[in-house]
Amino acid sequence: MAGVYECISLIAERITENKDFLTELDREIGDSDHGINMARGFAAVMEKLSPEDSDIGATLKKAGMTLLSKVGGASGPLYGTAYMEAGKITAGKTELTPSDMKAVIESAIAGIQKRGKAVKGEKTMLDALIPACESFSESIAHGADMIAALESACESAREGVEYTKTIIATKGRASYLGERSIGHQDPGATSALITLEAILDYYKGA
Amino acid sequence: MKKLINGVENIVDEMLDGMTAAYPQYVKRLEGFNVLVRACGASPKVALVSGGGSGHEPSHGGFVGRGMLDGAVAGEVFTSPTPDQVYEAVKAVNGGKGVLLIIKNYTGDVMNFEMAEEMSADEGIKVEHVIVADDVAVENSTWTTGRRGIAGTVLVHKIAGACAESGAELADVKRVAEKVIANVRSMGMAVNACTVPAAGKVSFELAEDEIEIGIGIHGEPGTHREKISDVNNIADKLLEKIFAEGIYGEGDEVCVLVNGMGGTPLMELLVANKHVKSVIESRGLKVVKTLVGNYMTSLDMEGFSITLLKLDEELKKYLDAPADTPAFVQC
Repeated sequence: MAGVYECISLIAERITENKDFLTELDREIGDSDHGINMARGFAAVMEKLSPEDSDIGATLKKAGMTLLSKVGGASGPLYGTAYMEAGKITAGKTELTPSDMKAVIESAIAGIQKRGKAVKGEKTMLDALIPACESFSESIAHGADMIAALESACESAREGVEYTKTIIATKGRASYLGERSIGHQDPGATSALITLEAILDYYKGA
Repeated sequence: MKKLINGVENIVDEMLDGMTAAYPQYVKRLEGFNVLVRACGASPKVALVSGGGSGHEPSHGGFVGRGMLDGAVAGEVFTSPTPDQVYEAVKAVNGGKGVLLIIKNYTGDVMNFEMAEEMSADEGIKVEHVIVADDVAVENSTWTTGRRGIAGTVLVHKIAGACAESGAELADVKRVAEKVIANVRSMGMAVNACTVPAAGKVSFELAEDEIEIGIGIHGEPGTHREKISDVNNIADKLLEKIFAEGIYGEGDEVCVLVNGMGGTPLMELLVANKHVKSVIESRGLKVVKTLVGNYMTSLDMEGFSITLLKLDEELKKYLDAPADTPAFVQC
């Protein structure tokens, strides 16, 4: 069965496909570079990774280090830290159980919170990730398999992205807009949703 | 989009090589990195490193030289540089007395510079940082990212740089930098927005008769829009907000910086400055130094910002001290 390399490849592909969309969202409330930076970062990740990479922890760590040194802005440290933290708890693994995946999402969120000092409701990627994590946990507690749990996680992340349209940004560059940030969806929450959807599609195809 | 470029991917790289080609007596580039350091290499004094996204030229590479910065790290356009780049700059300029990082207050800049500081500390290099947040357009609140660092940052480079050059210790240079930060405030406006080359279109659109007040330096929209009026009236509005801070009063001595955003002619900045000076003096303050020009730009944005710095004897001494850099020379 294909593994972590294929999953990250799919994430990279989706981020690249959505480069202009993410940049456009960022143009509205930020500084017009989210898609550009993320696409550059994932292009560098794909150069660093090899189809031979199978250790999930080591591969996530390598991806995280690359994002950290290639993305820049706020997304670089945040996504970089998320991948590196997820890498720490998956060291030596070549596949993940649903409860491993729960731990991956939780550690990624913890990394983002540590670095970005943000909480839910500030119009950030956490507004997609935290509800997604809660739904994922609840689903597997009720016996759902990986795909079903990821489907419910993506559904909650989508709702989270919609929710970001209704709130004022209090973190990042969008916070300078105050109330004018209402009505726009958060680019970071959107790239987080794209990531989760890619992971779901990877499992569906695997 | 019409730009004098060879391709959006290479702008920062080619700009840095253009800098070293123009100013080999001042700066050299760390090979393989987007970092400019003094041509003479590290010296046995406290070193100053600043940086941020590109697009603010001459900030920050233009201020590398005697009496100001020791190193400048250039990120992609309007994107904070990454921790590894900042870390390389710190290693290259450290002369043994430690390094002060001068960070503009943006989420990304603060995270990336702080990660570099952690990496440097792990290597046993003494590093401290200060965060410049001079933009009064942004409400200051513990619940937000806080005020942005804009043109006032250049005065931090100048004054902390002179302090470091005098042989002061790291703690003292940091104290002086923080004193500048506590006493400097800025506010800007745009007549027209800028175009980020990789995005290919203007960051916000203004009608023919509209201006944007309270803009930052990254093409992010400002606090509000209004109809354009004459520059005296616009300058009054910016100054009003700065004076509302309550830190500038009668009898104070101030330094004034009328900063161009990149696309505004010096002629217009000088017209603005005439009024700025008379307003400040009519409030009973004394302008002891004035800087007019493009110091902290926002690509091709048309507009300007006004910065006021309240001076005491110590800050005045360092502000008057010599500096010799590509973009700031003072005998």
